[in-house]
Amino acid sequence: MSRKVGIPGALLYYYYFPLWQAFFQALGAEVAVSGPSTKSVLNRGVELAVEDACLPVKLALGHVAELAGKVDYLFLPRLVSVASREYICPKFLGFPDMVRQTVPDLPPIIDVNVNLYRRQNKLYTAFRAAGKIFSAGEARIFLAYRRGLAALGKYWKLMGEGFSPEEAINLLNRSSPRCPQPSNAARTIPEDGPAAASDKAPRPEREKPVVAVIGHPYNIYDPYISMNLLKKLRQAGVRTATAEQLPETVVRREAAYLPKRLFWTLNQRMTGAAFYFLRSGRVQGLLQVTSFGCGPDSMTGELIARRAAGHGDMPFLNLVLDEHSGEAGVLTRLEAFLDMVRQKQEGGRPG
Amino acid sequence: MKVTFPHMGHIWLCVKTMLEYLGVDLVIPPPSSKRTLALGVRYGPEFACLPLKLNLGNFIEASALGADTILMAGGCGPCRFGYYAQVEHAILQDLGYRYELVVLEPPERHVGQLLSRIKVITGNNSWRQVYRGVKLGYQKIRAVDELEMAIHRLRPRETIPGSADRAFLEALREIERASDLAELAVAQRQVKEILKSVPTEERDVLRIGIVGEIFTLLEPFANLDIERRLGRMGVEVDRSIYLSEWVNDHMLFGLIKGLRSRRDACRAALPYLRHFVGGHGQETVGSTILYARAGYDGVIQLLPFTCMPEIVAQSILPVVSADLDIPVLTLTFDEQTGEAGVVTRLEAFVDLLERRRRGRGRVRQEGTESKRGLRVTKA
Ligand code: SF4
Ligand code: SF4
Repeated sequence: MSRKVGIPGALLYYYYFPLWQAFFQALGAEVAVSGPSTKSVLNRGVELAVEDACLPVKLALGHVAELAGKVDYLFLPRLVSVASREYICPKFLGFPDMVRQTVPDLPPIIDVNVNLYRRQNKLYTAFRAAGKIFSAGEARIFLAYRRGLAALGKYWKLMGEGFSPEEAINLLNRSSPRCPQPSNAARTIPEDGPAAASDKAPRPEREKPVVAVIGHPYNIYDPYISMNLLKKLRQAGVRTATAEQLPETVVRREAAYLPKRLFWTLNQRMTGAAFYFLRSGRVQGLLQVTSFGCGPDSMTGELIARRAAGHGDMPFLNLVLDEHSGEAGVLTRLEAFLDMVRQKQEGGRPG
Repeated sequence: MKVTFPHMGHIWLCVKTMLEYLGVDLVIPPPSSKRTLALGVRYGPEFACLPLKLNLGNFIEASALGADTILMAGGCGPCRFGYYAQVEHAILQDLGYRYELVVLEPPERHVGQLLSRIKVITGNNSWRQVYRGVKLGYQKIRAVDELEMAIHRLRPRETIPGSADRAFLEALREIERASDLAELAVAQRQVKEILKSVPTEERDVLRIGIVGEIFTLLEPFANLDIERRLGRMGVEVDRSIYLSEWVNDHMLFGLIKGLRSRRDACRAALPYLRHFVGGHGQETVGSTILYARAGYDGVIQLLPFTCMPEIVAQSILPVVSADLDIPVLTLTFDEQTGEAGVVTRLEAFVDLLERRRRGRGRVRQEGTESKRGLRVTKA
């Protein structure tokens, strides 16, 4: 019987899941994903976490707890750094330990360090260590790693085309018959398809205003946490654009306008994307989503808000999510924001 | 050019010494106060951590006194501190304050970058002069650290309430006045005398270790003067980090080796927290363990609201506390923290520790094997 590796559907699941999944499957393991997020998953996390932890960490603890009794291993890589001279956030550095000290009934945790802080460090190091646990030979591990990277490349390509992580993961799992897809079976592609602000879109689609949604992937792409924000926007007749659609080079170039390089990879992406969207004139509104109590967001959120204010008439909304956010309040603010977006769209076109 | 810098405990004394030695004009911001905080809260990002807000308030207040250049330490993450200067500067600019910003960033490639930044401040002084100024500033801060440690012991044992604190201020003035190393040596002898003159009696006091985020640990305004309060309640405190360590890490980039090292604390933390998490999160866990091993009665963790490394530590401390049987109290500070609430919690905690000690004393006495237990019951 193959061993089952549990991967929480939280935090950087949204960036790396295809890599992790393909890697473990190529080693003959079964992959189980928690989720989707629900009220009870979040409540479980809130119980386990310290009160002042940020929402995403609370939610992630809930996801871990959901997997805890049901898998042979938990894959919680310690994401120290995923780019040279950058970190993600102190909480990512400590997450495996937070889990160990707070979640009961844990299976063995695979908490290999992913640390690309120094240029000479290799991502493979982490996967090699993880592969050893499955007593696979060096060659097999390397092949599994290569397969994982290939999956990840396709995934990011799809996201670049405007598919949301959920849609992209579903597409990937469908197109490769060798990959069984029990872990994602419940997640279906919404009928409205890709969420891109693509110029190739058919005419009526092209006339809709575009709103840039800036936030941590685990906030904006989690339908429960974001209260279905992206879908709500699309239903309200606007197209959405997110940082994940932009090439790495673009976000980095834009973020380089800051007086000092940001050492948080995710927030650098968010900031660079926000600056790009503001400057490009391609969007009619900027919606920033932050988590209550998020350290990096408190800093870059301020920089983005200031930059947006410099674009005088750009509609801007800052939504702060926490476990007490009421949908009604969010809807009211969203409506007001969308009114401004529509006005801008109409004001922008004579006649 | 009039240089200012943010407050953090007694760091002003160190910076003042260095800059005055080099003949640089400086403005020491008024001590952090409710007004400072109110300014920072008003203009700072809502969810920024407390130190950022106080920094901002310091700069606004210093500007009114003529400061036009900010000198700050930088950093390369993962904690927010490394980006403080830039965000604060952006806010000040939007508010219309024209500040030059000089950030001492850890040298990434070569020290040349750092040296040229220092030159902006130090102007025509030779490097030799700079070295001397820095050395004097650093030695003073060591002297202040030692003074604080001595006061921590005296406060719970003083027989005339307030005499330890009066001695502290007097001694601090002695250290401040010294204008070179020779004078500092004289001042330090003077300090010893001052300390000796505080009347005390031997008491068996509770011992509490204070751990946590460095700014909150070092800045009495931020922690509502917790050390003094505990001292007056008859508790001897020790702090896991002293200012000289911070100065060494952030202004001298670790040039001075062999300080009471963070490494001990980090190593002790490993069974519970296997990786550094930025700030002093790992030290918080490790120091708690070291205090437990050293027989302290309890540990208090201090952190600003939303402080990331300390939230990681806070998640782990309950397990450490249970495993090593040492009570841990966590106090979170932000602009809404009220004195009354903190005092109540401190009193309850001290109460708990006293009861535990009495309980333990009795058990040991009944067993008659522990000398320490007998001594405790005498108190
Ligand atoms: S980046 Fe923000 S939201 Fe994400 S884990 Fe860190 S503090 Fe939480
Ligand atoms: S250690 Fe805590 S208080 Fe200090 S900068 Fe980092 S998050 Fe803020």
